[in-house]
Amino acid sequence: MAYTAAVGSTHYRFEDLRALMACASPRRSGDELAGLAATNEEERVAARFALADLPLKTFLEQALVPYEEDEVTRLIVDTHDATAFAAVAHLTVGEFRDWLLSYEADAATLGALAPGLTPEMVAAVSKLMRNSDLIAVAAKCRVVTAFRSTIGLPGTLASRLQPNHPTDDPAGIAAAVLDGLLFGMGDAVIGINPAGDSLSDCITLLKLLDDLRQRFDIPMQSCVLSHVTTSVQAIERGAPLDLVFQSVAGTEGANTGFGVNLSLLREAHDAVRSLKRGTVGQHAIYFETGQGSALSAGQHHGVDQQTLEVRAYAVARAFDPLLVNTVVGFIGPEYLYDAKQIIRAGLEDHCCGKLLGLPMGVDVCYTNHAEADQDDMDVLMHLLANAGVNFLIAVPGADDVMLNYQSLSFHDVLGLRHARGLKPAPEFERWLAQMGMLDGEGRLPPPQTGGAPLRRLLGAPT
Amino acid sequence: MSDERAVDGHVIDEQARDPFARLRQFTRARIGLGRTGDALPTKELLNFQAAASQARDAVHAALDIDVLRKALMPRKCIEVGSRATNRQSYLLRPDWGRELGAGEDALDAARGEYDLAFVIADGLSARAAMNHSVAMLDACTARLSDWSMAPIVLATQARVGLGDAIAQRLGARMVAVLIGERPGLSVADSLGVYLTWAPQPGQADSLRNCISNIHTDGLSYERAATLLAWLVHEARQRKLTGTALKPDLSSQAGISDEHSSRLEENT
Repeated sequence: MAYTAAVGSTHYRFEDLRALMACASPRRSGDELAGLAATNEEERVAARFALADLPLKTFLEQALVPYEEDEVTRLIVDTHDATAFAAVAHLTVGEFRDWLLSYEADAATLGALAPGLTPEMVAAVSKLMRNSDLIAVAAKCRVVTAFRSTIGLPGTLASRLQPNHPTDDPAGIAAAVLDGLLFGMGDAVIGINPAGDSLSDCITLLKLLDDLRQRFDIPMQSCVLSHVTTSVQAIERGAPLDLVFQSVAGTEGANTGFGVNLSLLREAHDAVRSLKRGTVGQHAIYFETGQGSALSAGQHHGVDQQTLEVRAYAVARAFDPLLVNTVVGFIGPEYLYDAKQIIRAGLEDHCCGKLLGLPMGVDVCYTNHAEADQDDMDVLMHLLANAGVNFLIAVPGADDVMLNYQSLSFHDVLGLRHARGLKPAPEFERWLAQMGMLDGEGRLPPPQTGGAPLRRLLGAPT
Repeated sequence: MSDERAVDGHVIDEQARDPFARLRQFTRARIGLGRTGDALPTKELLNFQAAASQARDAVHAALDIDVLRKALMPRKCIEVGSRATNRQSYLLRPDWGRELGAGEDALDAARGEYDLAFVIADGLSARAAMNHSVAMLDACTARLSDWSMAPIVLATQARVGLGDAIAQRLGARMVAVLIGERPGLSVADSLGVYLTWAPQPGQADSLRNCISNIHTDGLSYERAATLLAWLVHEARQRKLTGTALKPDLSSQAGISDEHSSRLEENT
């Protein structure tokens, strides 16, 4: 069915729901590359007028990616909670935006609504929201998860300590971990992107992190970001694995490109849950996503990249993850060209994930061929702190020497906590206090030369 | 506490001066940078910006064709361009970077029966191609002296896939694209080599082999060329390239293939 709208004297026609969604999306290079974007600014706004008038329940009647062809669509449709949806079932997309921003929509209301929302509804409403709306709505959502630490509590900001090394050298990784611990990083997870994906590499690194955790008695979880099948094998070998990791996307075809499907993820979820290694909770999956992954795999079904990204969150929410991280600026300028597009996408991903009830974190990052720099990352991290992001990625000096891109530094995330009065996860904060790293006001000042924390952590053999 | 026991005076001195001194040898990561308040000290702030500026400049630099032609003399060179006519369209349209936009006539004129065509491409770091491609090419040709080689192609605004169109026009059974890899802060001039058997436009990347990380502090020209020569021989014998050649690669050359996994940006 076609949709129409007029802006001034110009009438616009949108062939189907996919075209309407794509044209309503804020401008980004990936949709232009796919030939889906609005051809000018007026057409974009016309699409938004038409989208605003669309009843939310349209998305329950019309699939953007066919039900018969795609298991992600089947997951979305088959698990939709009609009772939860009833609260907003009478609204159009435009009215839904107004409702989300109203005082009526508070943390409890939004939490109860989440199972009633489909990713397409959430993507649609986000296209009508300004950056400030995305921040305001996300800030009202509350998603708390736990394993050995509790992540997402009000007034906290957690971090993934990312100690990557180009050859997985254990001493090099340990050095970066120790540096990060001295900044209070790692309360969301200490997670390594391995250079190799072999089972033995994975197990070596898991043991390294688990030894560190036990030696210093840190209330933390570790993760080696290997393919899900590698993690399952590591579990079978009895490796000390806390979290299973996997990259996921919003279509079955794109997930096939990642070498996964829902049944593999279910198997992994069952395997990791059976270990019961958590102490304060048992959320044991870590997902990563990013706009553009489906187009990159040639599996986008003519759907815009932001909508497909939100569909990836529908995959994630089926597995009660501890952490979901959008690697927003990593994919490159053909999907998100510059800082304006990266910042917008980061706020969209965070807000949409939260609306679907996910523990969202963001890798505030860029590659050297995108039009962005560290000043832009400063802007995005402050916006995300305002939006109540659960966790941020932090690497030594903002420079990932294995993946060759720039993220936030340990300095950045610590400074952000102090500037906004945000605390680490409570269990981790207590550990930092025991280590003598916090001052009387709960801040983490520069370590004193020859002080106890430095000697305890760095005096240890690596 | 046991951690606070007295230790040898010398160790205390060194730890006091730079607590990270012992750890730096294990990683190039920016550890132990120090803090002013919560921020980076000025010197480290500027060090980061210096590395970032080199990476950015490398992305936006252009191949100096005249310099390359001179360095390659007396070998014949053909100059081609992709359908992307500037850096911005190159970055926005990876598909254009894989299509020929200029130089088709010269390729047609040189058409023949060749075992192998070498393409020197700017990719995401023209600086890498300028710094390493000629030496890398010399090391390769020394190991492949009995092969029939197409004229060397110099390609601008090029992705790896442009080599497929080039090889098809030339009539080459195999193509090796020497291309600048996406610059990072530690290396802005890393060269990659992509080898493709029976190249044709639209070729799946899983049907290529990649040797990555060729630069002054990375893989040497000699090792990379030995590896390429082995791949080229195997490819001709087995009439294929790609993941099917991989397992032997590590054992044969004594080098891990880990570098080949994260370089999709260029293809």
